[in-house]
Amino acid sequence: MDNSKTRVVVGMSGGVDSSVTALLLKEQGYDVIGVFMKNWDDTDDSGVCTATEDYEDVAKVAAKIGIPYYSVNFEKEYWDNVFEYFLDEYRHGRTPNPDVMCNKEIKFKSFLNYATDLNADYIAMGHYAQTYKDDQGTVHLLRGGDANKDQTYFLSALSQEQLQKAMFPIGGMQKKDVRQLAEEAGLATAKKKDSTGVCFIGERNFKKFLSEFLPAKAGVMQTPDGKIMGQHSGLMYYTIGQRSGLGIGGNGQSNEPWFVVGKDLEKNILYVDQGFHNEKLYATSLKASGLSFMTNETKPETFHCTAKFRYRQQDVGVTVHLLADNQAEVVFDEPVRAITPGQAVVFYDGEECLGGGTIDAAYQAEKQLQYV
Amino acid sequence: MEHIYLDNAATTPMAPEVVATMTEQMTNDFGNASSTHYFGRQARMVLDASRHTIAQSIHAKDDEIIFTSGGSESDNTAIIQTALAHQDQGRHIISTAVEHPAVLKSLAYLADLGFEITYLPVDETNHIDLADFKAALRPDTILVTIMMGNNETGARMPIHEIGQLLKAHPAVFHTDAVQAYGLVPIDVEADHIDLLSTSAHKINGPKFIGFLYAREGLNFLPLIKGGEQEHKRRAGTENIPAIAGFAKAVALIDDETRHKRQLKYAQFKQQIIDYLTKHQLNFSVNGTLEATELQHVFNLWIKGVPTDVLQMNLDLAGFAVSGGSACTAGSLEPSHVLTAMFGAHSPQVAQSIRISFGVQTTTAAIDAFCQALVDSVQKYFEQQARKI
Repeated sequence: MDNSKTRVVVGMSGGVDSSVTALLLKEQGYDVIGVFMKNWDDTDDSGVCTATEDYEDVAKVAAKIGIPYYSVNFEKEYWDNVFEYFLDEYRHGRTPNPDVMCNKEIKFKSFLNYATDLNADYIAMGHYAQTYKDDQGTVHLLRGGDANKDQTYFLSALSQEQLQKAMFPIGGMQKKDVRQLAEEAGLATAKKKDSTGVCFIGERNFKKFLSEFLPAKAGVMQTPDGKIMGQHSGLMYYTIGQRSGLGIGGNGQSNEPWFVVGKDLEKNILYVDQGFHNEKLYATSLKASGLSFMTNETKPETFHCTAKFRYRQQDVGVTVHLLADNQAEVVFDEPVRAITPGQAVVFYDGEECLGGGTIDAAYQAEKQLQYV
Repeated sequence: MEHIYLDNAATTPMAPEVVATMTEQMTNDFGNASSTHYFGRQARMVLDASRHTIAQSIHAKDDEIIFTSGGSESDNTAIIQTALAHQDQGRHIISTAVEHPAVLKSLAYLADLGFEITYLPVDETNHIDLADFKAALRPDTILVTIMMGNNETGARMPIHEIGQLLKAHPAVFHTDAVQAYGLVPIDVEADHIDLLSTSAHKINGPKFIGFLYAREGLNFLPLIKGGEQEHKRRAGTENIPAIAGFAKAVALIDDETRHKRQLKYAQFKQQIIDYLTKHQLNFSVNGTLEATELQHVFNLWIKGVPTDVLQMNLDLAGFAVSGGSACTAGSLEPSHVLTAMFGAHSPQVAQSIRISFGVQTTTAAIDAFCQALVDSVQKYFEQQARKI
């Protein structure tokens, strides 16, 4: 097939996945353009900016592959659409998922629009996810071929319109094969370490980073039955089900470690209790808002599927009851530990990612768990 | 795909004669001009002859020419070293808001050291007002550094008038002539210029070579310290092939050639204006069309189309123009020149491109460029409906 008339703009991050994405498209004969997105001004005190190093890697890889490359600055868009949301969720005692928002608002919106300005037919990303176009022309999102790397969770808020324009050339591959391809092609990023953590925070101390933007309000740390266990340094630093950072020893009823089992934002109280499997951490259902599905077909009011409540979690069987205003009640087949408000609930039908929403509240039977 | 180069204010291709001269130098001579043997003398001979050619081109004396690595080094030396040498007489410097970064960053460095800098504003045509200059001049002004011609719009600054005003003032007068050298006649005597920066690669010479003209008797310490080359004003073994190439590039430009080129570039501007007007493109010229300006630079506001998008689409269509300077992560920075002309939030700053002509530019190339520009702009407006 002659792909030379099909222009694909690749989001190149300077990592190995997007490098191989561009390589594969070029080999398939597409009219490929690499574009680096600068979403965050991360110049440190010594004037070093990791974006510069990443861009230089993009330049090396693009030159090797033989494609033109450019850079675009989305710092303002990222700040307005992702970072403001991120801070706001923390202000409300929730744990946001900036990657889901970044895909929805930046990579598959600002960047997609930018690619449209460059007369692109498609954009391509180095995500571990796959697409499939059915007879009606509807694009379905499928899990990545490397189960360990599957990134559909982060793509769960995309619309059909966005998916129509997306290509994931490495989506069916294993990570190790991606690296091998990069090495065989002599790409400068073949052995580059995978980036970890939230993109704009990188390897920095998360607590310190957050404290630069949000005032931390110290408060009381107590057991659900009211026993004061100490001080917390600010509710935003704690996530439901988290163990580390509690700073209290085994002065409870058993030697079991302590976990965050709840928050009261109004009273600024952090609830802690003992045991990984503490009953306060187990929910049987949740309420979600901002629901979206990737295909435009109408969903039944109630349906059974599987769901993930955080990245890299095993799927759990759920019954979804759709409510008004893009809300839903999701009832689990079995209790699930540490359902976290602010995170995404993502639905699957076998290999297909159906869509998702944002977790607002967790329930144990009929009772709402005090998680925010 | 054929690629057409319309970014000659950034750099120019080397003239074949320059390549030939340099190739011969590199093939036959390799001596160090400071050596006191045959090989050294051979190199010295080329160095002296080149220096003479170049000195003549601006009506200077041979010893007033200091070879440097280019425009940035010349500017840094001229500004920082003379300011430091004169700081006991005052710490005030006058410049403009639209200088090249090599000048602005040198001044920022001096400001950090406690010097006071007055940046003259420009009007919407990118010109300073001599009245502003007169008002800024003080008894403790030790240095005036004002560019001869602007690299983004081609605007000429009133160098002759400033030179006359400074005749009776002790301030040292530096002009960054990187963009003007070789394009317009320069006479350092008539214009009373004390320091002047140039670069070879803007006039079809090699890169990483330039000169600083420094009036006889003007003393300052070298920026690059070491050996006693260039009358102890610039250490480092002279790059003889590059210097010979530079001199060749200069020798290729006589008054008539220069004049013809300016006329040709002015015609290109008119050709572009006529084409865009005929095709009803909504645009405006940033600057003036006066014959006194540097004609090889043409800055256009293409209304409604972001600079980076237009520059990229033209590049993808095979036409190299400038959208401004890029940051270290590759994305374009807003132009400080257009900002000074129109204000930070003016649409011109976000929607302008610079086209710059060179000796190799043809009427046919300009015609093809105009078509591509109109096509890119039309496509851009069509694409807006497809956005999500």
